Amino acid sequence: MLDVKAGDEQSFALLLHRYRTPLVNFLYRMVRNREQAEDLAQEVFLRVYRAREDYVPSAKFTTWLFRIATNLALNSVRDNRYQRMEISLDAPVTADAEDGEEKKLDVAEMHPNIEQHLVEETRRKMIRRAIEKLPEKQRAAVLLHKYQELDYGEISKILECSESALKSLLFRAYETLRVELAPLVAQRAAQ
Amino acid sequence: MESKILGYMDGRLKEGERLEMEKHLSTCAVCQLRVNEFRAVHVLLDELPMIEPSAAFDVRMQARVAAEPAKQNWWAWFASSPRVAFAASMLVVAMVWVGSQTADTTLNAGDIDKINQNMSVLENYDVISDFAPLSDLPQPVQAEDTSDTKPNQQM
Repeated sequence: MLDVKAGDEQSFALLLHRYRTPLVNFLYRMVRNREQAEDLAQEVFLRVYRAREDYVPSAKFTTWLFRIATNLALNSVRDNRYQRMEISLDAPVTADAEDGEEKKLDVAEMHPNIEQHLVEETRRKMIRRAIEKLPEKQRAAVLLHKYQELDYGEISKILECSESALKSLLFRAYETLRVELAPLVAQRAAQ
Repeated sequence: MESKILGYMDGRLKEGERLEMEKHLSTCAVCQLRVNEFRAVHVLLDELPMIEPSAAFDVRMQARVAAEPAKQNWWAWFASSPRVAFAASMLVVAMVWVGSQTADTTLNAGDIDKINQNMSVLENYDVISDFAPLSDLPQPVQAEDTSDTKPNQQM
């Protein structure tokens, strides 16, 4: 980021290349809409680009990046809450680009058994719904903890709360997920 | 113990806390079950696949960055307009010259002594020039002027 600050456009391209996939995935899991997730990711990078000259390395770059992303995602989720409530959770999965791509790959290469594929798809749908049901801040905490593997200090800075508040937030989130995914959890725990 | 379950799962407890947790788990079936279930949740979350940004993502991003107005610093601004740069440099030269002129008119010690010596005269002049009774004195008589001119005429 310091190279970007110094005006090195190539370094910005490297940052983009390195963080675009984790950022788009984080935002996609927050807003559950691929197009919107990409728009938000672009907005995040644009803000980083605009702020490059004022960047002070007081915190890790990932903390700063995901703080911008989380704020944008939370605002977006809140803005779209009522609109999102109208979308049925049972909407056809073909509306989701992720599911479409996943299906193509699975059926063709990984799961010749269509029955097994359907079982796995049902499991994924349950997991997605369980994450989606979490309150926004708990969802963000779980996504940053689980998928970005950030430490408690970083996540608490991103979510602007104390570390003890974050631990409590995460515990409640995993507790909710445990209850929501009880049949799958029992199955997995028994293995 | 509940607050430490996640830390234990993540391997982020200190050595002493970890040993204490393991000791507790060996005797508490409820906490042991909770740890196993949380671990199961963790593994289940891994089943969600990652998505790749669309092919248009980079192109759109580059276009948006290119559309950003370039931030120019002062020097870049001067470099882009030589007339302004020339005018500014002339202004600076003029200011320096005016400054040097002002410096030449500063008083030296000799000048100050001279002024101090004449100060009483100046003060008297100030008093006399504003002295009200003097304004009541009659104006100089014109005749004095004519008397001065008369001898010349005679000559």
